[in-house]
Amino acid sequence: MNGWATAGTGAPDEARTPEDVRSPEHVRAAYAEIRAWLTQTPHDRLQLKRREAEVLFRRIGITFAVYGEGGDPERILPFDLVPRIVTGEEWSTLSRGLAQRVRALNAFLTDIYHGQDILKAGVIPADLVLRNVGYLPQMQGLKVPGNVYTHIAGIDLVRTDENDFFVLEDNVRTPSGVSYMLENRDVMMRLFPDLLSAHQVRPVDHYPSSLRDTLCSVAPPNMAAGQPTVVLLTPGIYNSAYYEHTFLADQMGVELVEGPDLFVSENKVFMRTTEGPKRVDIIYRRIDDAFLDPLVFRPDSQLGVPGLIDAYRAGNVTLANAVGTGIADDKMIYTFVPDMIRFYLGEEPLLNNVPTRWCGRSDDCRYVLEHLDELVVKEVRGSGGYGMLVGPKSTRAEQAAYAERIKANPEDFIAQPTLALSTCPTLVEEGVAPRHVDLRPFLLVGANGVSLVPGGLTRVALKQGSLVVNSSQGGGTKDTWVLAR
Amino acid sequence: MRLTVEHQTIYSYGRPARYAIQALRLTPPDLAAQRVISWRIEVEPAAHLVPLTDGFGNRVHQLTLDHDHDRLAVTVRGIVETTDTAGVVGRDLPDTLSPEVFLRETPLTTADDALKAFADQVRPVLETDGAVAAMHAVLRLTAGRVAYVKGATDARTTAAEALAHGRGVCQDHAHVFITVVRELGIPARYVSGYLSPNDDDHAESPGGEASHAWAEAWLEGLGWVGFDPSNGISPTGSYIRLAHGLDYLDAAPVRGIRIAGDEEHLAVRVHVTEQAQQ
Repeated sequence: MNGWATAGTGAPDEARTPEDVRSPEHVRAAYAEIRAWLTQTPHDRLQLKRREAEVLFRRIGITFAVYGEGGDPERILPFDLVPRIVTGEEWSTLSRGLAQRVRALNAFLTDIYHGQDILKAGVIPADLVLRNVGYLPQMQGLKVPGNVYTHIAGIDLVRTDENDFFVLEDNVRTPSGVSYMLENRDVMMRLFPDLLSAHQVRPVDHYPSSLRDTLCSVAPPNMAAGQPTVVLLTPGIYNSAYYEHTFLADQMGVELVEGPDLFVSENKVFMRTTEGPKRVDIIYRRIDDAFLDPLVFRPDSQLGVPGLIDAYRAGNVTLANAVGTGIADDKMIYTFVPDMIRFYLGEEPLLNNVPTRWCGRSDDCRYVLEHLDELVVKEVRGSGGYGMLVGPKSTRAEQAAYAERIKANPEDFIAQPTLALSTCPTLVEEGVAPRHVDLRPFLLVGANGVSLVPGGLTRVALKQGSLVVNSSQGGGTKDTWVLAR
Repeated sequence: MRLTVEHQTIYSYGRPARYAIQALRLTPPDLAAQRVISWRIEVEPAAHLVPLTDGFGNRVHQLTLDHDHDRLAVTVRGIVETTDTAGVVGRDLPDTLSPEVFLRETPLTTADDALKAFADQVRPVLETDGAVAAMHAVLRLTAGRVAYVKGATDARTTAAEALAHGRGVCQDHAHVFITVVRELGIPARYVSGYLSPNDDDHAESPGGEASHAWAEAWLEGLGWVGFDPSNGISPTGSYIRLAHGLDYLDAAPVRGIRIAGDEEHLAVRVHVTEQAQQ
C-alpha cells in the first residue's frame, strides 16, 4: 500500500480531540459503549482477541508489500481491534462534502481534457496543468462515457475538531485499500458480533456489487448488445495491491486478467479464453497510466495492452479510472480544489483543505524556510510518506539538510501546518492508548451520480506520538463504524 | 511542388508471428503548406486498418493482424502538392492542444547540465535579437555539435545522450533542438515526415534518407514554425509533414508489437520524387 497519503501532523501530547476516550471529559456519547467494553474486558482477553484476529487475517492471506526493505516483502497489515466510530449525523455531513468534492474533480477533469475553461478564466495557472506530468496530452479530446473520469476515488481526511474535517489528499487514479475496509469488517463480525449489532453499524459489504453497478453504468457507446463484460486488469503478483485485485475481482464475479490475457483487434478489446476470444467492454484497471499501452506510453511496458488507448479513443472500451486523472490529485492542483468547487458547482466547499504553501512561490518559500520547525514539508511528487520533513519532530541538523534540498529545487516542495489530529483509542502492548488516525472513504461515480458506502479505511499510527499513518511507515488499520444514527 | 511518395516497410520473421499490432502515423494532414492529392495505405497480408485521430490531432491507423503470418508489408503511396511557406505551418491541424503543453520535458527530451548550458549560450541572442534569430542559432549549433552519423544512435537515444556522443541522426537533432528551445521557454515539438532528396534549394539530406524528422517552435505572431537542424533550414516545398508530438514516440510513423515470430528482418524503402508539373 505504497502511494498512500501521509497524515498531517500535530502535537500528539496535546491532542485533546473528540475521539479521545482516555480522558473522561472528552468521552463522546458515541464511544460510551466501546469505552464500557474496553473497561470491562480484561486486558489479556483483548490481547487474545487480537491474536485471533491475526490468525484470521493470515488465513485470508491479506497482505501488503513494503518496497525497498529486506526480508519478507509480504506482511500482514497490523489490525487494531478498537473500532473508529462515526455517527450518522457526522457521516451525512461528511458524505455531502465528499460527493461535492468528487463532482468538482470530475468536472475539472472533463474541462481539462476538453475546453479548459478554468485555465482560460485564470482560476488555475495554465502552466501548472499543461506542464504537469499528470496531464496527458494523449487524452485531449477523448470522450469518456458519462464524463466520468474518476469512477473510484479515495479521499484522505483527518479530523481536527468536533466539526472540522480536513482533506489531506484526493486519490483519484487507482486508490487502494478498500479490501481492508471489507476484511476488517468481516473479522470484527466474527469476533464481536454483539458489539456490532448493539451499535447499529451500517453495513459495507455491498461495496463490490456497487462497484460492479458503477462500472456497468459507464459501458462504452459501441458495445455489443446484452450485459457488458467487465474485467479487472492487474499488473500481476508482484504488485503490492495484488491481494486486493484478486479479492475485488472475486467479489464482483469478474475475470482477473493481466495484460497478455487481453489483445486488441479492429480497435476492440478481447480476452483470450478457452472458448476463443471474448469481447471486453469495461476494464477496471489497476495499472498505472504509463504502463497501459506500449504503443502510446512507455514502449517498454510488458504490463499493458498494445492498442488499448486507440480502442478507448474509438469508444469501444471503458477504462476505470480514466487515463490522465493524475492531474486532479497532484499535490499542487490540490490547493485549487476549493476554487474548482466554486467554479464548476457554484457552491462553497463543505470540507476544508489544509492550507498549503508552495516553495515555487518566493514568498511562500521564504516563509517555509523560516518556519521549518513547525511545518510538514513534502515533495510535490512524493508519496507514501517518503522524503518528507515533519518539522516539530525533526532535529536542527535534519532541518538544515532539508533546507538545502528546498533551496536546490524549490518548486518540488510544498509545506503544510501541523494539524492537531484526532486520536482514537487503540490497543497496544501496555493497554488502551490514544493513537492518531486518518480516514479514507471510498466514493463511486457512475453515470447516475456519486455513491459511497458508509465506512472507509481508518489508518492508525501505531507508534506512540507518531503522526504518520502510512502502512509503508508502520501504520495499521481499524474498522470504521458508521452508525445508523 | 508536386511530390510522389512511395514508402514500403517489409517485416519478415524467422518463424510465423501469431499476432501483430501497429499504430501507423503515415497519413499527412492538409495544411497551408501541403495539400494531399491522393494517399493510400496497403497492407499485405490483408489486415484490419482502423482510422482515428490521436490526442495531438494526428491521423493514425491501427493495424491488427490476428492470424499467423511470416511477412508483413505496409506500403504507402500518395501524391502531395506542397508550397514553400518558409517553414510557417500556418493554419494548423485542429488545435486541440495548447502550445504550452510543448514546454514539458519527456524522458527523451530532458535537459541535463550540457543541454542547459547550450540554452544559456543562446539566451543572449534571444534577449537581443528575438526568437527567430535564437531559433537559427539553435539550428546552427545543433548541427555543429551533433554530427550526422547513421547508426550511431537508436530510437531510445535521449537528447542528452546524443549531445554527449556528438553523433546522431535527424531524430537526435530534432530532440536536441526541442530540448534546448523548451529550455529557453519556447514551446517546441517533434515532427516526422518525408523529404524529397532531389531538391536544389539545399544540400541533399544526410544519408539520402527520405524519411525525415525535424522540429517546430511556437513563435509569437507566427504560430508553429518548422526548423530542420539536420539541414540547417526551415522546411521548404520539398518537405511533407506526417505527424507531431512531444518527441519521437508520439510522432513515430510506426509503433508496433507482435507476438512470436522470432528474429525479425526489416526492409524499408522510401522514394520521394518530384513530379513534373502538368
